[in-house]
Amino acid sequence: MAAHLSVTVNGTVREADVEPRRLLVQLIREDFDLTGTHVGCDTSQCGACTVHVDGKAVKSCTMLAVQADGSDVTTIEGMASAEGLHPLQTAFWEHHGLQCGFCTPGMIMTAAALLASNPDPTDDEIRHAIAGNFCRCTGYQNIVIAIRAAAAAMRAGSTAGAAS
Amino acid sequence: MTTDMLGKSVKRVEDRRLITGGGRYVDDIKLQSMAYCAILRSPYAHANIRSIDTSAAKAMPGVLDVMVGTDIPYNPLPLAWPAGGSAGLQNNVNTPRALATDSVKWTGEGVAAVIAETPEQAFDALEAIVVDYEPLPTVVDAEKATQPGAPQLHENAPNNIVFDWTVGDKAGTDAAVDAAEVVVRQRIVNQRLIPNPMETRGDIGLYNPGTDEYTIWMSSQTPHIQRILLAIFVMGIPEHKLRCISPDVGGAFGTKIFCYADYVVVLHASKRLGGRAVKWIESRRENYQSTIHGRDHITYLEIAGSKQGEISAVRVKTYANLGGRLSTIGPGIPTTLYARVLSGCYKIPNVFAEVIGVYTNTVFVDAYRGAGRPEATYVIERAMDLFANEIGMDPAELRRRNFIAPDKFPYENPSGLGTASGGAKIYIDSGNYEPAMDKALAMAGYAGMDKAKAEARRRGKYLGVGLSTYIEVCGVAPSKWIGAVGEGWGAAMWESANIKVHLTGKVVVTMGTQPQGQGHETTYAQVIGHELGIPMEDIVVQHSDTQGTPMGYGSYGSRTSSVGSTAAIRAAAKIREKARRYAAHMLEASVEDIEVDGAEYRVKGSPDKKKTFQEIAFALDLAFDAPEGMEPYLDETAYYDTPNCTWPFGTHVAIVEVDEATGHVDLVKYVAVDDVGNKINPMIVDGQLHGGIAQGVGQALWEGAVYGDDGQLLSGSMLDYAMPRAAWFPHLELDETVTPSPVNPIGVKGVGEAGAIASTAAVANAVNDALKPFGIRHLDMPLTSQAVWKAMQSSKGAQA
Repeated sequence: MAAHLSVTVNGTVREADVEPRRLLVQLIREDFDLTGTHVGCDTSQCGACTVHVDGKAVKSCTMLAVQADGSDVTTIEGMASAEGLHPLQTAFWEHHGLQCGFCTPGMIMTAAALLASNPDPTDDEIRHAIAGNFCRCTGYQNIVIAIRAAAAAMRAGSTAGAAS
Repeated sequence: MTTDMLGKSVKRVEDRRLITGGGRYVDDIKLQSMAYCAILRSPYAHANIRSIDTSAAKAMPGVLDVMVGTDIPYNPLPLAWPAGGSAGLQNNVNTPRALATDSVKWTGEGVAAVIAETPEQAFDALEAIVVDYEPLPTVVDAEKATQPGAPQLHENAPNNIVFDWTVGDKAGTDAAVDAAEVVVRQRIVNQRLIPNPMETRGDIGLYNPGTDEYTIWMSSQTPHIQRILLAIFVMGIPEHKLRCISPDVGGAFGTKIFCYADYVVVLHASKRLGGRAVKWIESRRENYQSTIHGRDHITYLEIAGSKQGEISAVRVKTYANLGGRLSTIGPGIPTTLYARVLSGCYKIPNVFAEVIGVYTNTVFVDAYRGAGRPEATYVIERAMDLFANEIGMDPAELRRRNFIAPDKFPYENPSGLGTASGGAKIYIDSGNYEPAMDKALAMAGYAGMDKAKAEARRRGKYLGVGLSTYIEVCGVAPSKWIGAVGEGWGAAMWESANIKVHLTGKVVVTMGTQPQGQGHETTYAQVIGHELGIPMEDIVVQHSDTQGTPMGYGSYGSRTSSVGSTAAIRAAAKIREKARRYAAHMLEASVEDIEVDGAEYRVKGSPDKKKTFQEIAFALDLAFDAPEGMEPYLDETAYYDTPNCTWPFGTHVAIVEVDEATGHVDLVKYVAVDDVGNKINPMIVDGQLHGGIAQGVGQALWEGAVYGDDGQLLSGSMLDYAMPRAAWFPHLELDETVTPSPVNPIGVKGVGEAGAIASTAAVANAVNDALKPFGIRHLDMPLTSQAVWKAMQSSKGAQA
């Protein structure tokens, strides 16, 4: 029996009729064709499917689509704005924080949630915050550097914003 | 003047799409009327299939087709690299079929496939298939599998032996071991690993009944090779009727080199459905059960030498677990790529290795990052530490005394690299090992380790330091060597590049290599921009599609920067030469008088008589004024076969602290000095090293595929397998020496595997060093808290 749901995805209201067993990640990828959110495992370990649901980082394979009914969801496709890339995207690019790119969207979403609550994390705090996101290419080193750089850029940006 | 980007840390061209969610991996592709495939996998590690009843599944909602092994009429998958190199060597070959027909040899072997309108319907229908299995006894350990009374997997492989292969001078090595003052012996296990690229495998098969052509989208490192293997060896269809496309590949590490059963399943399913596209995406659990594993050696090591630290011989016997059936190049890894480089960077005069390839009731084993070379490095680097301990010499000093001296290159090693018949030999091309080691030791503070150990003891920690002075073999290999030695794909190993220059001087490059995250679209643009004197932005690099790229052998074995780049440089040289000839025509000068400076082609002595590359491209594309005999358009292809492999080297130093109370190992410092020759993009090189080091550390400390005696994969999901996490690593400290390779025009060597080859031994040596106070000589990996704690407890018990 299909269930009807309505979700705001990257600022746009989207509706779908889904089976109750449909996962949020399937809703995003298959029904809404937003394929930047990836599936890397089947046990909620890898974090490649991380999105924001009502501002919180969530592994979208751990949530049923129907549980997201009425929620506000942000995916990697919603991170850049008309002004340009999100500072995390810029920093990952600048500091070679990605290789194959498969974990990258989830990694950026998790990092964005970290920086929302902790704008100036230590390397140790960054490494623990991304413990639920696996990367097999980078050894995490440039990801940590990129998140630290993005944090600095965002702090500088908000200071500049406050001053102007 | 265009800025030359060769050698600079340029940001990657491919990243914009990948950081914005615009990557296109195989699961992101949706085709019209696409159906979905799910594969039923054996729950038994060893069983005969008595019968399969698919009738209930066929009646399920949305089910379009159900196939079993006998529905697929093709050959078993090919073995492209048997163990070779010695006359009369027998390989007892068994490879998988698209779906098993009468027996299964490991848990996870495919036995049936459902094609349905949706993935969910396909998975639901799997549960309705009834397979009547006759379970058989199992064996999962390679050494035990060869012993009398072990369960037998294949009729043509008595004692489960695939091959019994040797290399090196047995009599000489035996005599050297017998005559030596000191001989150290150790059984060493290099445990089985699950490679874990973040993207699993997957493929989409599409048959076109109108043209009788097949297309497959695959997450593969080797689309051209798959076209050959699938068309010629498996399906028997004309080679030009199969097109293979690799879209963005989400990591591979060797696992996506091979010819897999699911390729055949989706292609055949599409044909049975009259041309509907059929997609199969591997779940992570399936990835653990149906994609290759790595390593899994049991080695009996003997290292012999003098009390003064002169190593005279290394003799090993290795049992290599190859799984229940053979993967595409499984036998090549523990033979050519392992035993032939066992002596590493040392001038050891006598080396003999016997390698026994073995069938067990496990997933097939094949190339995983480093492929044979990490196993060899682990053996020889543990051996050096064991020998140093035995004679009471500093491990760094022992290495120093045995390095091949810098004036001895090119160097022919005794374990058989150069012993091919037919005159084709490969040599270690270059090296200068001491400066790299000295630099690493200085960075690590090696001289102050005694003090650091004493300080750690006061905190309840045992500090250990470990070295790994490694070499790598990249580019594998000259085709004539592979042909002469009879080792290899049974195919060539050259590379290709095509360069087309459009009307406006914009350049499209197509390559035969295939990236999986290495950034080829960036690095080739750097190389070709340098060669043609044009901005990187004017170049687009394409790959991945057998229709539209020149034939090439793909990317693995750290071969792309050396072999692929040289092909690109040669294609650019052809472009430059034709542009020069046309410039001469345009400028009414002789070709000899045209000098090329970047993108400027000018007449010697008349600096204002010149044409730009773009002007030449424009004129030659229109060809209104082309001279007699000159073809229009700038479009050149080069095929390049390397004369030799390239040989990166370096020293890695790991410092660990072992907690006395818990056995927990903390990697507190990691230093790597690598010599990969010149660098096309240092930022990308560092990234490759970071990732490789992390994978090697993972093997040393945490990772291991675990099978129960019944053949059940106990580490069967990401929940159970210890995938390394960010918080487990320190900041890695990298530095370099630069010894350009003489093999290629830009002096590069390759770096994809170096980190993984070096780091495992460095960390394992460090932990074993830390455990010396407990009288522990050697502890096998992974060196988990539990393993270390147990060893410390039993040692304390023994001492009490």
